[in-house]
Amino acid sequence: MPSVSPPQSAGPDPALPMRVTGWSPGEDVIEVQRTPAPGAARSTWRTFRETLRGLFTTFGRFTETPVTVQYPEEKTPVYPRFRGRHKLHRFEDIPQHGAQAGLEKCVGCSLCAAACPADCIRVVAAENTPENRISAGERYAAVYEINLSRCIFCGYCEIACPFDAITMGHDYELSDYDRSDLIFTKEMLLAEPVERTPLRNEGE
Amino acid sequence: MIALVGYYEAWWIQILKGVIIFAVALQLVPIVLLAERKLLGRFQSRYGPNRVGPYGALQPLADILKLLTKEQFRPTTSVGFLFALAPLISILTAVAAFAIIPFGDVQNIFGTPVGLYGIDVSIGPLYLFAFGAIAFYGIMLGGWSSGSKYSFLGAMRGAAQLISYEVSQGLALVGVIITAQTLSLTGIVVAQKGMWYILPQFFGFLIFLAASFAETNRAPFDLTEADAELVGGYNTEFGGGRFASYYFAEYLNVLVVAGVVTTVFLGGWLLPFGIHPPGWVDPFVVLFKMSLITFLFIWVRATLPRLRYDQLMSFGWKVLLPLATLNALVTAILVVATH
Repeated sequence: MPSVSPPQSAGPDPALPMRVTGWSPGEDVIEVQRTPAPGAARSTWRTFRETLRGLFTTFGRFTETPVTVQYPEEKTPVYPRFRGRHKLHRFEDIPQHGAQAGLEKCVGCSLCAAACPADCIRVVAAENTPENRISAGERYAAVYEINLSRCIFCGYCEIACPFDAITMGHDYELSDYDRSDLIFTKEMLLAEPVERTPLRNEGE
Repeated sequence: MIALVGYYEAWWIQILKGVIIFAVALQLVPIVLLAERKLLGRFQSRYGPNRVGPYGALQPLADILKLLTKEQFRPTTSVGFLFALAPLISILTAVAAFAIIPFGDVQNIFGTPVGLYGIDVSIGPLYLFAFGAIAFYGIMLGGWSSGSKYSFLGAMRGAAQLISYEVSQGLALVGVIITAQTLSLTGIVVAQKGMWYILPQFFGFLIFLAASFAETNRAPFDLTEADAELVGGYNTEFGGGRFASYYFAEYLNVLVVAGVVTTVFLGGWLLPFGIHPPGWVDPFVVLFKMSLITFLFIWVRATLPRLRYDQLMSFGWKVLLPLATLNALVTAILVVATH
């Protein structure tokens, strides 16, 4: 058989015999052995031996424990950088930037919404007042919704956020019966997930 | 004790035995179904069905119920009468063949001598092959009457395959019949008192096993239902209860072959090392040996890929048939020479 080089970028390669001379059957025909090979007894024995080898191979699998992960009961652990459902964060007990514990980190700047390629984040900002202080900044997110049926889990929102208010969590069980149920509001994103996704340990 | 071949049994005993055989067959098939799926899972490093009932034990029940409650449909191109008849033929021949598997010798049950088999015909293997040949009509008519090209191709393949391998299967048993000098299956078992025929007839055993894989349309010879090229083969157009019938027949055929191998090569209800358990243990011994052969069937299915069609034919005619003939010939010469 003539060696067929990979197609060149500049048009059809004139070296290809198929283009120039047309297809000649003699060069492409591969001889197929359909009858028992000469020395039939030997090839029969070879077939038999290889069959036995195959049988012992599968029997080796039979004696092992199955590798199946029994999904709803046991979950596959995710890596620390796994991008699952988003989380919104509040300030921890240690005050940062002079802020009080429990205040929302999100200041309603909408940079996440601007960065989102799927256009699934909706932020409506409102002013903080001394009586009603929700976030650490001047403004806070009055409405913060993520439409998870549109989200592509790229993580750009996390990168765009100047206050680390939104991060990608580890939850991947996000199916629902209704599309409208997949629009996560601020309260849902701030709340702790009902069930924790197991995290893969280092080196696992 | 030598089996009483063809002795008289009261009519009510025969009816009772018929019912029991059908009931036992009906109970064994779901077990084999489940065992196959569980074992295939294990062979592939997974669990197999384990959601329905404890350890998935109710999975076959769920499968069968699902099939039976489904709509009975048929293509407009099908031949109605034959379409309904074909699965029946399959199931009937499978159960009829099951009737000659001896599960034990003649026992005294409440003072009545009862043979633990459906019927002890004096032409045992021939009866088996006769019903095997009729079972081919189940596949052939089913595929042809569907009015579908895939079904038809599957049926034609099945026909060619069954005819080709029946010859080798029969010839593989000839060696045993010559050695045992009887055609009665109970007689063959009794003749194995000294040594099971798997040892002197080892090649016969292998040939019979290989041919049986083809006869029962099991992997690696399941060309009648080669999903990749024929959708589902002869049963493509069947659904619901009729499909269940085909399925039932297929697995019962596996059991029949397992029973025949047990009877003919593994000494039936006999135990090695001269152990003589009471008579009621015999059926369980036979069932145990049958389950070993069924395990082998599943094991092979988990291992070997499906043959190409020309490979199947060349293996059947060019390898298996000469070997089977040679086996019968050598056995005959040895038996004549030693007597």
